[in-house]
Amino acid sequence: MNVCIKIFRHDPASDEQGRFVEYDVPFEEGMSVLDAVNYVSNYIDTSLSVRWNCKAARCGSCAAEIDNIPKLMCKTKITSDSVTVGPMRAFPLVKDLVTDITSNYDKLRSIKPFTPGKAQSGVWRMNEDDVVRSQEFRKCIECYLCMDVCHVMRLHNTNYVGPRHVIKAASIDMHPLDSLDRSVELKEKHGLGYCNVTKCCQDVCPEKIQITDNAIIPEKERAADAIYDPIIRLIRKIRGVK
Amino acid sequence: MDYERVESDVLVLGAGGAGLRAALEARERGASVIVVSKSLLGKAHTVMAEGGIAASVANVDSKDNWKVHFSDTIVEGAYLGDWEMVEMLVKEAPERVYELERFGALFDRTPDGKIMQRAFGAHTYRRLCHVGDKTGLEIIRTLEDRILHMDVKVMDEVVVTKIFTEKGSVSGALGLSIREGKFIVFSCKSLIIATGGAGRLFLVTSNSWETNGDGMSLAYMAGIPLQDMEMVQFHPTGMVHPSDAKGILVTESVRGEGGILLNSKGERFMLKYSPERKELDARDVVARAIHKEITEGRGTKHGGVYLDISHMGRAFILKKLPGMYDQFMSFAGIDITKDMMEVAPTVHYFMGGIKVDPSTSATSVDGIFASGEVAAGVHGANRLGGNSLADILVFGKRAGKYAAEYAHKAAHKTINNSDIIDSIGDVTKYLNQKGENPNPLMDRLRKEMSTHMGIIRDEDGLKTALHNIREIRSKAAYIGVSGTPKFNQGLISCIELANMSVLAECMVLSALERKESRGAHTRSDYPSKSRAFKGHMICGNKNGKPVLSFEPVRPMPARLARLVKEEVYV
Repeated sequence: MNVCIKIFRHDPASDEQGRFVEYDVPFEEGMSVLDAVNYVSNYIDTSLSVRWNCKAARCGSCAAEIDNIPKLMCKTKITSDSVTVGPMRAFPLVKDLVTDITSNYDKLRSIKPFTPGKAQSGVWRMNEDDVVRSQEFRKCIECYLCMDVCHVMRLHNTNYVGPRHVIKAASIDMHPLDSLDRSVELKEKHGLGYCNVTKCCQDVCPEKIQITDNAIIPEKERAADAIYDPIIRLIRKIRGVK
Repeated sequence: MDYERVESDVLVLGAGGAGLRAALEARERGASVIVVSKSLLGKAHTVMAEGGIAASVANVDSKDNWKVHFSDTIVEGAYLGDWEMVEMLVKEAPERVYELERFGALFDRTPDGKIMQRAFGAHTYRRLCHVGDKTGLEIIRTLEDRILHMDVKVMDEVVVTKIFTEKGSVSGALGLSIREGKFIVFSCKSLIIATGGAGRLFLVTSNSWETNGDGMSLAYMAGIPLQDMEMVQFHPTGMVHPSDAKGILVTESVRGEGGILLNSKGERFMLKYSPERKELDARDVVARAIHKEITEGRGTKHGGVYLDISHMGRAFILKKLPGMYDQFMSFAGIDITKDMMEVAPTVHYFMGGIKVDPSTSATSVDGIFASGEVAAGVHGANRLGGNSLADILVFGKRAGKYAAEYAHKAAHKTINNSDIIDSIGDVTKYLNQKGENPNPLMDRLRKEMSTHMGIIRDEDGLKTALHNIREIRSKAAYIGVSGTPKFNQGLISCIELANMSVLAECMVLSALERKESRGAHTRSDYPSKSRAFKGHMICGNKNGKPVLSFEPVRPMPARLARLVKEEVYV
């Protein structure tokens, strides 16, 4: 049996427009979309551009839109006799299935790094229950599927930093020994207010991180408290806590 | 062809744990640093390290200390590990772990709030500091974060094709930017190779796409000898089914947390092979046991054995092995809290690699350093789980330090223009539509390695492999692909095939020469360990031809020898 795989081909340097090209690939039991794409790039057209690395859903390199849904190619099985694969559309195209995601490095740079309080010396002790909250966000494999699916990122030209970076900030904010609060900055500098909690990002997350529920909403609430609640602001100021 | 020129004091090849830790150290010591990576920043193979980092912080078992860790590492490395490197590894690992915590890494905790440690194969005590089964990811993210907030230039998706030397010392390197299809000439005072292993020389491996041994091959081409190349670790447990999951790692933590191995008859066979340590014996022992069960007909229908953790309960498994749960659920549709996994050995790690000076990580070419999996020496003939994450941090930092110190004293050297043009030509020659597709040849090479350089080897098989590899090398002269240099997967395959076939030859030659069975190297025609081979196979490059030599293991000083039980030969 063969699978018909339709792959988006476009080199912006030479083609005015991209198009989907059909390839026939022999089907194997348990075949993933990445297997089929690799078959094309290994044996049919070696110039096909595709980015992949671990092939085990651990590195997040092979993010794409499979039948128009943002998914990892390595983690998606072929379940019918035809499948369509295109690049993530929220990022500039490099070629074929490969996009330029390097803008994310600047965004990561713009989030203040882990800053432990001054009192921390000797062996650090933390409660397991406190650690777990932040650990959820640290499962992120930076595939950027959450950014790809986000309608704020796709359709609106705002300064919203995107779901990946909100959970980055949250993962440090929720570190039990961190001394800063990044929520106000998220709201004022990084457009957190533009997120209208449609939760699409957590639906596509291959690590099943509850991005909206556990990171975006708590950060929004913290920012609202810090900015609009005068009593909380005063207490925080006096106590010097976040 | 045009090229861009960039300059730094220190050039780091590889953005895995070793490369990033080295870059951090070199920058903190005042050197300007560029990090070059074949994959995107943060995607290096380190992210796939699961079980944990071995460090005798003794948070769980108070009797643990560096001395026990030293003894475990030397003994399970079949006495081939270099004592000086092992001593550094075990003494410095705890500080590297605490430092990582200060950088912001969040490890699992003990009930009294300290870093949690788990049991692992052949470690006397519970020693592996961990983050569920995603320890490598936490290490990479922590280092990545640190690097991004420092003045370090990261150039990712650049494949380095040549290291330039001038009168026996390093002058720079040539890279091809995969994303842009442009060549880059790197000028540097010192260079650190931290490109990891070469698992993708085999058909079934737990390694990432990029793990082709580029760095070992670049070093060899620059005249640096390789060491212990026959020592390939087969991880006992990789997935076997379905086809797209073949080789994917099933972390040793499954056994560390109580998982047991069963054959198709339902026998817990490790009781037979290793009555004391059972599933938690060293990796070479467990891998051979599983291999034997399968070849003697007691395997599963997909050619593996069973691994069962379901008796530990759902909540426990979801907390301690969330990655494994998800991996089996999504790749195989198996719920490991209820059902057994099917596993078989998979190529996992290269104990061998670039020969380095134990105390400085320097290579035989002035100004070139190597650290992490790409370097040889510390793990001997078999690596203990968790020691590789300790290795990349301990020796990454060391290489960074010595490379920066070297750079402070050295000056930039001019790179000969004709060398640059020739080296660019060595890549662009592959852009030839009439050439043969490199991928089927690469498949053949992998098949040779898997068939004859597997868990059990013999002279006939190795000689066949050598013959066939040489044939593949001669055919590789005619490979070529169409298209432009920009993100051309075929072009990268051409570059990789050249690197891989060089290494394959060194590996098979070393395996032929080591006429004994020691650690991960098992010869069916020489089944016992021999005193005459207590040393390293060194594969040098003499005018493009591999030349083997033998170097005995350096004798341990008495203060360390006292810690280790004496080696026994039967």
